[in-house]
Amino acid sequence: MPFVSSSRIDQEYDVIVVGSGAAGGQSAYTLCMEGATVLMLEAGRKYLPESETPMFQTPDQAPLRSAGTPDKEFDFYDATVDGGWAVPGEPYTQTSQDPAGRFDWWRARMLGGRTNHWGRIALRNGPYDFKPYRRDGLGFDWPVSSADVAPYYDKVERLIGVYGTSEGLENTPNSPPGCLLPPPAPIVSDLLIAQRARRLGIPVIPGHRAVLTTPLDFKRAPALLHPGNPKAQEIIAADMQQRAACFWATPCARGCSIRANYQSTTVHLPPALATGKLDILTDAMVSHVLLGKNGVARGVRFIDTADGTDHEAAARVVVLAASACETVRILLNSKSPGFRSGLANSSGKVGRYLMDTVGSSLRGQVPLLEGLPPQNEDGASGHAVYSPWWLYSEQHAGKLDFARGYHIEIGGGRRMPGVGTLAGIEWLTGGSYGKRFKEDARRYYGSFVNFDGRGEMIPNERSYCEIDPTVKDKWGIPVLRFHWQWSQHETRQAAHMQKTFAGIVEAMGGRVQGGPITDGARAIKPGGSIIHEVGGAIMGANPANSVTNEWGQTWDVSNLFITDGAVFASNADKNPTLTIMALAWRAADRILDLMRRKEL
Amino acid sequence: MDRRTTLQWMLAAAAGMPLVRLPAFGDEAPPRQPAARGYGGDPDLSKTYHPGDVWPLTLDEAQRRAAAVLCDLIIPGDAHSPSASAVGVVDFLDEWVSAPYPRQRHDRSTLLEGLTWIDAEASRRFAQRFADLTDGEQHAILDDICCVANAQPGFAHAAKFFARFRDLTAGGFYSAPEGRQDLGYRGNVRQSSFDGPPREVLRQLGLDTAAT
Repeated sequence: MPFVSSSRIDQEYDVIVVGSGAAGGQSAYTLCMEGATVLMLEAGRKYLPESETPMFQTPDQAPLRSAGTPDKEFDFYDATVDGGWAVPGEPYTQTSQDPAGRFDWWRARMLGGRTNHWGRIALRNGPYDFKPYRRDGLGFDWPVSSADVAPYYDKVERLIGVYGTSEGLENTPNSPPGCLLPPPAPIVSDLLIAQRARRLGIPVIPGHRAVLTTPLDFKRAPALLHPGNPKAQEIIAADMQQRAACFWATPCARGCSIRANYQSTTVHLPPALATGKLDILTDAMVSHVLLGKNGVARGVRFIDTADGTDHEAAARVVVLAASACETVRILLNSKSPGFRSGLANSSGKVGRYLMDTVGSSLRGQVPLLEGLPPQNEDGASGHAVYSPWWLYSEQHAGKLDFARGYHIEIGGGRRMPGVGTLAGIEWLTGGSYGKRFKEDARRYYGSFVNFDGRGEMIPNERSYCEIDPTVKDKWGIPVLRFHWQWSQHETRQAAHMQKTFAGIVEAMGGRVQGGPITDGARAIKPGGSIIHEVGGAIMGANPANSVTNEWGQTWDVSNLFITDGAVFASNADKNPTLTIMALAWRAADRILDLMRRKEL
Repeated sequence: MDRRTTLQWMLAAAAGMPLVRLPAFGDEAPPRQPAARGYGGDPDLSKTYHPGDVWPLTLDEAQRRAAAVLCDLIIPGDAHSPSASAVGVVDFLDEWVSAPYPRQRHDRSTLLEGLTWIDAEASRRFAQRFADLTDGEQHAILDDICCVANAQPGFAHAAKFFARFRDLTAGGFYSAPEGRQDLGYRGNVRQSSFDGPPREVLRQLGLDTAAT
């Protein structure tokens, strides 16, 4: 019985995995496919994308025409269940009420976590990204190199399905032939942006997203994913054939009932369950890691959220994959005589070096895109093209006033009209109403372009979380308190984004809505806005200043591993999810290896 | 809210002009209040919702009538599509201002004060309610408030109300099937392939030879 209840987990598992998103899903997948028994604990509810995803629903079928609210932050039909920057009954606190000093924490209380709604942008870290300190003397180097992780990026791309191309650009890794799926066709605005941006020396290349533009290669991929393991090959080959390719409609953020994009619930968990080795317990909020007398973890304590009762589960190995901050919270709350300041925290670094992605956005209107014939521009839900960071040599030569790069996510097109689609166009219409407004609406619909900068934040001493000394959540678990401060590397980068985006809009003959924001401190979105929380239990080469080794194994507790974004030693501009999965697979291989050698 | 603010901007608009009639605020029944709770973090996404299903609507008949007149002045019927009120925009506006969320509560103040103001302004200028004015009289008022950037100082607040009212009217209209069709939205249908823009569009924009 794969979905279990809290009263029925008396067996001892090989591994407990806390969390079911990108990290938990990948950890459980790899472990189960290679024969380990796993209990997965998820704080949120069971979630079935095949039956619950609102695929073709339109805004007029939803309350408020599907506009976002505090209950559903982005959109009524967003896949997130019981989540957002505020979760009722589960607060966190801030040391500053100033927006510049805040970190707001996005959570999703559901099986599969944030993978159900994420943007599916799946970029590899490049060689500089793993050794940033070596390059410019800032932040920290990872104890792994690009070459160490590349084979795992290959595996993850082959397993989940990622479209894109290999362009051979600096610090923008290629994938081996056969790894990537073909990118979707760009839309008109993509092509116009590409043409004009290139005139400014800005590259525009196919994006990388975890969406099946063609079916997966179920004949070749299984042997590459699980060499020498015919059972695993058989399971994943069968599962790959159950995943349909994209049918070019409906937003990925709703999830995908035909399993054409990656979410843990449609890609990692089904084959892991098919092994018969995985038990999943939902509505189980882990509060502590339990330590045995011998100094190794013996399991976890959790609360059954259905009735508030306390339970324990036991295993040889504990994997924390709860999301960076939730993993930190569990560690800091797991105090014992040997670990008075929290488990695996002999370095004092648990909670430290919390990072998000630098975000800044700009919208423009382009007369060339007005009045084009109606056409379907849904594609694969956007992001057919993007601009990888292109100023590495200028930056290295000290010609820029910030140290790290960003990529540009490009948007536009004749999207499903919603409540905001024609809001705020007075700057173009001069205030029309009546028949002229309807003509203006037809004219301007589809003529807007959006640029979202996503840049690297350098870890700093003033951005961290700790346990709030007094506040507890509705389960009685002490909550996190956040400290946050950007450095000038981030705010100047945000200002550079604005200037760059405005330059592209102008090169298209367009106009910038509201004008670019020149003050970087105003241009940057508040901490946590981009929902790329990483760090807090960074990996390193030295137990004195890091929490885990290169496999996410905590220095202090040999059978306690971390496979989520908490281990990130830097936060490259590349969206973190693909790297989380690659490192989780690598950690799981290490766990399997140590278990085979009886070292765990 | 807000009553004080309303008075301030009404008085500002009326400055130097003879007051015909101001509504007697003190005599009004207290407005019906929005609901306390929304749909929560885990609503049923598969069912079809109508305004009033999740929280009660709160506009009274006079407010709905005023909203209908104004939203049809913004989006009248034409050869392409019906008017805003004909596709349910009044229900949408009522649902919006009756919702228990911060953004919507803020809009509630803006819209209700604005609808009150526009009747007062109609009374002041033409001694009638806004709904009962001739087209020319209605346009005379709207022309003063239809553009925040160009509004005279005395109409600045009213222009902000109108901008928000127009945004919400457009939001309600273009998110309805008739509005989507009016704009030429062709998506949300299953396709066997996605081929990108038609060749004539690429030619029109000089993109047919662009390397991609």
